[in-house]
Amino acid sequence: MWEYTDKVKDHFLNPRNVGIIDDADGVGEVGSLACGDALTFYFKLDENGKIADAKFQTFGCASAIASSSALTEMVKGLTLEEAKKITNEDLAEYLGGLPKEKMHCSVMGRDALEKAISCHLGEAEKEVEGEIVCECFGVTDIEIDRVVRENHLSTIEDVTDFVKAGGGCGNCHDRIQEIIDGIRGTVHPKRRKSPALTNLQKIKLIEESIEREINPNLKKDAGRLELVDVDGNRVLVRMGGNCASCIKSPVTLKHYVESKLRELVAPEIVVEEVQ
Amino acid sequence: MDVIYLDNNATTKVAPEVVEAMLPYLSEYYGNPSSMHSFGGNVGAKIKEARQQVANLIGASPAEIIFTSCGTESDGTAIRAAIESNPDRKQIVTSRVEHPAIKNLYENLSKQGYHVTFVPVDNEGRLDLDYLYKCLNDDTAIVSLMWANNETGVIFPVEEISREVKDRGIIFHTDAVQAAGKIPIDVNTTGVDMLSLSGHKFHAPKGIGVLYVRKGTKFSPYMIGGHQEEGRRGGTENVASIIGLGKAAELAKQHLEENSYACVSELRDKLETALLERVTNSMVNGETKNRLPNTSSIAFEYVEGEAILLMMNEYGICASSGSACTSGSLEPSHVLRAMGVPFTAAHGSIRFSLSRYTTAAEIDFVIEKMPPIIDRLRELSPFWKKKAGLNN
Repeated sequence: MWEYTDKVKDHFLNPRNVGIIDDADGVGEVGSLACGDALTFYFKLDENGKIADAKFQTFGCASAIASSSALTEMVKGLTLEEAKKITNEDLAEYLGGLPKEKMHCSVMGRDALEKAISCHLGEAEKEVEGEIVCECFGVTDIEIDRVVRENHLSTIEDVTDFVKAGGGCGNCHDRIQEIIDGIRGTVHPKRRKSPALTNLQKIKLIEESIEREINPNLKKDAGRLELVDVDGNRVLVRMGGNCASCIKSPVTLKHYVESKLRELVAPEIVVEEVQ
Repeated sequence: MDVIYLDNNATTKVAPEVVEAMLPYLSEYYGNPSSMHSFGGNVGAKIKEARQQVANLIGASPAEIIFTSCGTESDGTAIRAAIESNPDRKQIVTSRVEHPAIKNLYENLSKQGYHVTFVPVDNEGRLDLDYLYKCLNDDTAIVSLMWANNETGVIFPVEEISREVKDRGIIFHTDAVQAAGKIPIDVNTTGVDMLSLSGHKFHAPKGIGVLYVRKGTKFSPYMIGGHQEEGRRGGTENVASIIGLGKAAELAKQHLEENSYACVSELRDKLETALLERVTNSMVNGETKNRLPNTSSIAFEYVEGEAILLMMNEYGICASSGSACTSGSLEPSHVLRAMGVPFTAAHGSIRFSLSRYTTAAEIDFVIEKMPPIIDRLRELSPFWKKKAGLNN
């Protein structure tokens, strides 16, 4: 059982400011059902530009609900400039601390607040900034960089606790380590490069891997993968059988197919689906 | 606050009769069963009795019973014994829904060059038997499958599988930790070579397990030490717990013969039917036909399991969840994922597991408290609102 502070328990059992603001001045939505937690945050400004009201809706565990509730309480009465300065650490501190594994809930609160402010300022929904490092939870290098700096993180496990990156298949662990090392100024020897394959060899190897390793596995779910083309390290595939209609097929593609091909063919492989 | 304990697949209450049987061996009768004097020898005789009681529960002979410290040790011993007695065989066959106790051992063995095949299950948790039989070959050292699943209660057709596996000359082990004491087990009709069970899942204390090894099965010990357990498991016996386990096995056999699990399944069905009826967007995980009588895994869509459990906790109701947040991992239970339970449901899955001590009043209380808990969390959930919007 998690050791939650009394304040976390209180905000979970008696959440403040639950709901929707229909004529909100800013709305921020983060997370997803697949990730296991999600938050929609609303605020309304008064005539002086201060946050007069804030509300939230959250799907998630106790600490996700408590962090959201705390956020709405913390921002009330603040100008947007002041609200912007709230960090995930402030949120966790307000709650008397969160278990390490639950720090990502505070980061989610901070992200929702930022999104809502951007929304109000009319800033276009930012394209995903940076490059996705963790495919499982859709976390970019910029997000990881920021959380490492702001919270003085030093291990992959820390990063997983704060932004979930690295908590799924684990394929991105090397990249996360690189980011941490970059910030901490440590240098690890480069990973061994895979032996160069000719294009023909590579295509053959990919075909074999799909037929021998991947398709027998997808077959269990009556799915099938068809190789369409290979362009450098981009492998274009078509999902057939049950996979074609399965909502989880993007996950299968990234989680399973890509990591399998990276393991069997080359670590640089990127798999893309074509219709 | 009274505790309403519906988490009996995690562990069970030690039966009062079991405590009573153990107590003298924690106080006045402290002799070592291996000693030459009768003060110790009498303890040895009591252990012999316990071995017979456990053997009776599963239809074994006493010499086939090895006492261990827990289910995990039994599982690990069985797998290692099989691969050590078949050094030329490098494949291990198991399923995708095994207990973590054994799942992590496989990861370890894969690193040592073993090839582990994980047989899939369908969306009701039923094993893909064609897949299983097709992957068996001359390289297969052991097939190890759970008898019943700890999360869903789904029972695998162990008897049929055992026959097919053994026809091919392969060792078959079953992790019967969840099955033992809840459904009848007979090692002779099923023909399994090895079987694990754990005392604390059927009202014995924690820290005591059993590995059944069929007579004639090649075996090598995992814990090498003294002559205890005929040299198959060294270490001074956990005397009081062994005696407690014997008593628990005797009680379990008695209850199975009196069919008292019919009452447990009646209460389980009552709980399940009422919750499905009163809570919209809820469903049972796993097939309901071949299932342990005490287990029900229910998915409540659009809410998260940890939050549900903590709200239940406010009423003293104990259960478990398949959600990610409860385990500290970020992904929901591997069992539910292997079954293809959608994320909307997997994160909000709650496992209720009853025991013969569960009362009708307790079930009524849970039926009363659960729907408002789910409603309250759905009120908080942005997805629920969106869904409601779509329905209108």
